[in-house]
Amino acid sequence: MIEQIVFYAFAAILIVAATMVITVRNPVHAVLFLVLAFFASAGIWMLLEAEFLAIALVLVYVGAVMVLFLFVVMMLDINIAVLREGFARYVPLALVVAILMVGAIGVTVGPANFGADKVAIPAPHAADYSNSQALGAAIYTDYLFPFEIAAVVLLVAIIAAIALTLRTSRQHKQPKTEMQLRARRADRVRLVKVSGTVEQQD
Amino acid sequence: MHELLNNLLQPYLPEAVITVLTIVIKIAITIVCLLLSVAYLTFAERKVIGFMQVRIGPNRVGPGGWLQPIADVFKLMTKEVLVPANANKVLFLIAPVVALGPALAAWAVIPFGAETVLANINAGLLYILALTSLGVYGIIIAGWASNSKYAFLGAMRSAAQIVAYEIAMGFALVGVLIAAGSLNLNEIIGAQRGLGFFGWFWLPLLPLFVVYFIAGVAETNRAPFDVSEGESEIVAGFHVEYSGMAFALFFLAEYANMIMIAALTSVMFMGGWLSPLEGLPFISGLLSIPVLGTFLGSGIHWLIFKIAFFLLLFLWFRATFPRYRYDQIMRLGWKIFIPITLVWVVVASVLVMIKLPPWFN
Repeated sequence: MIEQIVFYAFAAILIVAATMVITVRNPVHAVLFLVLAFFASAGIWMLLEAEFLAIALVLVYVGAVMVLFLFVVMMLDINIAVLREGFARYVPLALVVAILMVGAIGVTVGPANFGADKVAIPAPHAADYSNSQALGAAIYTDYLFPFEIAAVVLLVAIIAAIALTLRTSRQHKQPKTEMQLRARRADRVRLVKVSGTVEQQD
Repeated sequence: MHELLNNLLQPYLPEAVITVLTIVIKIAITIVCLLLSVAYLTFAERKVIGFMQVRIGPNRVGPGGWLQPIADVFKLMTKEVLVPANANKVLFLIAPVVALGPALAAWAVIPFGAETVLANINAGLLYILALTSLGVYGIIIAGWASNSKYAFLGAMRSAAQIVAYEIAMGFALVGVLIAAGSLNLNEIIGAQRGLGFFGWFWLPLLPLFVVYFIAGVAETNRAPFDVSEGESEIVAGFHVEYSGMAFALFFLAEYANMIMIAALTSVMFMGGWLSPLEGLPFISGLLSIPVLGTFLGSGIHWLIFKIAFFLLLFLWFRATFPRYRYDQIMRLGWKIFIPITLVWVVVASVLVMIKLPPWFN
């Protein structure tokens, strides 16, 4: 009973937030609604006893990816009027793409493949069930090779991204930290003892 | 506590309501204690830094200045919350709440004793990581919604810094979970049991311990990593436009996060509520003495003592170190801390694999 109320609450938040992502004008608001949508789906995953996945979703997407996203979107200078130019010209093409997309989504996640009669309702686990352990066992035994291949692909992507943004020092003037750290007081300052005259105090 | 309420209210209320009521009362106790600690942490900060700088510190309100935080609270509550003319009103007012929420919610999984924990969940450590990574939203939203250059600069600095140090923090905790073999915080404390002070993870995981605490200082935007406030460069950074209670919420969030990091460092590396004497070969006889034994034995007082020690370090850092230059903060996070933690995660796995005595046998 309580579980159902929680599920419908999260589902309603998820749908509203996801709709707002594509309807609000302000891009920063859209990103924040996307964050809310991630949260709501994490809540739904939690109801499925997938606590590892739910928290990882918050940790990775909300905590890291969306922060960078927000970072970039806040810097953008978006002019809605310019974006709207030529709206009428693109409408036919946009409609075709939209219909194709909706059709494809409908075929994949429609009632033909999903539904209470197609997928068995997962049985609730005992209180000492650990989702992290189950997931770890699945990834590192049954699906070890696909997992390792995915990891290597990601590594290649990371190195490629760094290589693309790396600038050599010829294009970029920057202080050399090693040299700064190597500097000692004796290199910069010479302390000299000056024999001054001391005024008489009365 | 649940049984007590159950016995009292059984005839009047259904079981489910009593359960919810128990949880709400527990949450209220935790939050009230936390907010009182925050209030007196600000007092301690001013007194301790005053002592370090050979000043007296606040001493006018109440005996020895002890009512100063209460006076501060009343001052902040009665001040007006100004909203800048071109600010985004909704986000401007939501930002402090977003900053404070995760700082309070993370306390749900901190174990105060063997049984005393609000939510004893399996993925406690992941939950902590997820919630500490959310704190940055309050800062970014505040910086953007203020519609002010200084606030925006502070928010950008803070976002980049927190993203950088979160990775080092995460890897340091990966080392802890390899050593403990569990994500549950009470099991992590249990894994440190047996050798007293020398059995805690700070010794086998010393580099991770140091990195975690320093990254924690950076994550809470405290000196010497407080470039997001940087009062000499960008006025007050992300909260420059905030006043009254809205400012007070940011203040609360910052101090609640400090206590949080101190508590987490105690739990992960310093044995949490374990006594440093428990399990030591010669002294453990002391623990069976009636009154002294309770005091020297494990309990919440040791956790509080450890938290207080790490908070003192926070204040000590602020009193002694000049602020980092921004590029050096980034260098420290990405080029020094992350490699150290990566190497030590491998070392920790090897230590666990060879079952290195006396910690991992």
